[in-house]
Amino acid sequence: MREALGVPAAVLASGYIGFGALAHDADFSLPLTLFSTMTIWALPGQIALIELRALGTAAPALVLAVMLTSARFLPMAVTLLPLLRHPSYRPWHYYLAGHFVAMTGWAVAVRRCPTLPVEQRLPYFLGLTIALWLACLVGTAAGYFASGSLNEMVTLGLVFLNPVYFILILGGEVRHRLGVLALLCGALAGPLMQLLTPQWGLLVAGVLGGTIAFGVDRVWRKQ
Amino acid sequence: MSAGLELWLLVAACALATFAWRGAGVLVSGGINPNSALFSWLGCIAYATLAALISRIMFLPVGTLADSGLSHRLLAAALAATVYFAAGRNLFAGVFSGAAALVAITWLVHGG
Repeated sequence: MREALGVPAAVLASGYIGFGALAHDADFSLPLTLFSTMTIWALPGQIALIELRALGTAAPALVLAVMLTSARFLPMAVTLLPLLRHPSYRPWHYYLAGHFVAMTGWAVAVRRCPTLPVEQRLPYFLGLTIALWLACLVGTAAGYFASGSLNEMVTLGLVFLNPVYFILILGGEVRHRLGVLALLCGALAGPLMQLLTPQWGLLVAGVLGGTIAFGVDRVWRKQ
Repeated sequence: MSAGLELWLLVAACALATFAWRGAGVLVSGGINPNSALFSWLGCIAYATLAALISRIMFLPVGTLADSGLSHRLLAAALAATVYFAAGRNLFAGVFSGAAALVAITWLVHGG
């Protein structure tokens, strides 16, 4: 558990330091900022919330925009949860685990869970993600208080940790052809769809990229 | 309604909107066969969405990262991957050398 946690926690908490500083500059109170990390638990959505609020976006449009950045959680939960199921758990356990489905914990868990006995996977996932969650609450508060004293270069390094981490973990660890295809199609579609439709870009890129990868793999398999 | 309460309600609404996807995912996962084509299609969408998000951050960043050059970000990411593999798939070495490289390149180019 400890070796699985160190780097992801450091990387994600660094991202939340940046978020805490952003929230402070946008005049969010500290309890409210921590509340957003606790309940939304999705860094891109939280950043969208702060930035759109600062732009004066109307509440319904803002909630819709945040919701669109979070659509990835549906396929992520669908692919993770079957790994965690065991007859000894109740439905609410799965919904609790569902709240903690987010990129970092998911990426660690989908790799690690298949190597664990089935009944240990749900406690493993909850332990891992609640530890990440606590580290990020600390990161949020630290960034909130450090706002203003953070040097531009330090901030640049902090916010770059997250994308680099995911490039390495996705590019370095996904071996099967279908996964590699899905990553390539998504990486191509992401910026293109963003240019076409900023609000729907991520959702369209994910569905389109994933579907193309799935289709190409099917065709290759038939040949 | 006070401005403070309105903001709390706004954050709560965003949290509910986010959990809607997670809850729906848990619900759907209960009735899906992990060996089915539908399951593998949803897996593709999950991976493609993550890749799209990361690629968007690399190529079309907003905020602090937008102040760095695209070629600098790509160079730093390539260095991170090189260090990661050279150090025997060491995530710590890869990630932190990537971030340090971007800071160093940006600092050098903008004349520290």
